[in-house]
Amino acid sequence: MMKYLKQFSVILGITLAGEWLNYILPFPVPAGVYGLFLLLMLLCGGILKLEQVEGAGNLLLDIMSVMFVPSAVGLMDSYHQLQSALVPIVCICVVSTIIVMVATGKAAQFIIGRKAKKEAAKP
Amino acid sequence: MNFPQKSLYFGAVLSLLTFWFGTWLKKKTGWAILNPILVSILLCIAILKLFRVDYASYEAGAKYIGYLLTPTTVCLAIPLYKQLSLLRQNLAAVIIGIFSGVMASAASIFAMCLLFGLNHTYYVSLLPKSITTAIAMGVSEEAGGIVTITIACIIITGTLGNIIGESIFKWTHLDNPIARGLALGTSAHAVGTAKAMELGEIEGAMSSLAVAVAGLMTVIVVPLVTGLI
Repeated sequence: MMKYLKQFSVILGITLAGEWLNYILPFPVPAGVYGLFLLLMLLCGGILKLEQVEGAGNLLLDIMSVMFVPSAVGLMDSYHQLQSALVPIVCICVVSTIIVMVATGKAAQFIIGRKAKKEAAKP
Repeated sequence: MNFPQKSLYFGAVLSLLTFWFGTWLKKKTGWAILNPILVSILLCIAILKLFRVDYASYEAGAKYIGYLLTPTTVCLAIPLYKQLSLLRQNLAAVIIGIFSGVMASAASIFAMCLLFGLNHTYYVSLLPKSITTAIAMGVSEEAGGIVTITIACIIITGTLGNIIGESIFKWTHLDNPIARGLALGTSAHAVGTAKAMELGEIEGAMSSLAVAVAGLMTVIVVPLVTGLI
């Protein structure tokens, strides 16, 4: 019964509220991130139930990857801006992405592992 | 070929079909390099070049796919909400993990800019490359970077993180789902999160959180290091 209509209205309504927060507040936080925390608070506060957003939400999350394509195709127009330093820039992107991934993952895994050991040692 | 220039659906259909083809190709071969996002981007560019269609005509239709990205970012709250208790239990790991990543990003970019002799403009354009575009644009602009370069680096970083994530996890024995999610979100923002969603709900939730937190931490860290080069 108009399940998706309601769910999309809720999700787009929260997106609009996020846009408004981005407009009135001076922080460099994008509308989507404001909206994310807004939806999280509404769910935690019990004002919205998971069933009221999950259907449409999971649909959007399922097709998320394809949403990055249009802006990336824009590289065909902007790559000339990179040309003067293409090799160093691509090198930096590749190496630094790997370093960040490993640093974040290893640090988190180390803390989780230490905590698990401590808990296992408890009588 | 005048039709694609006039059509409002050409760009959207081209994006969806090439992505669909990429998904099929990945399934058939199982090769990480045949990442659907990468295949779709390259095929779209090749087809546009081949038929001499300009980006603006493609974008007239394709922008409606990108339009959905903001509400989808909002929906990242759903997996996060489901994993909230797990987040509370691992708060220290989450904060320390993301902070390590943000610092590693600044340090590695600084060191490599010195190595390649890149000037201040390139340095500050590269600094916010691991975070989500909307935050990064502001950071780059504020620091005196060139926003188009920043956006290009964000796209390269995200797509790369999405492609190599699983292999890196295998090689470095990163097997904890919380750590994997945080690593993808901190290093490769929302495009990394799309991969994290594929890996599992815990990975997806942690990656979503990392995108927001790493973005905010970067806003604070970048102004502190922009003067170094």
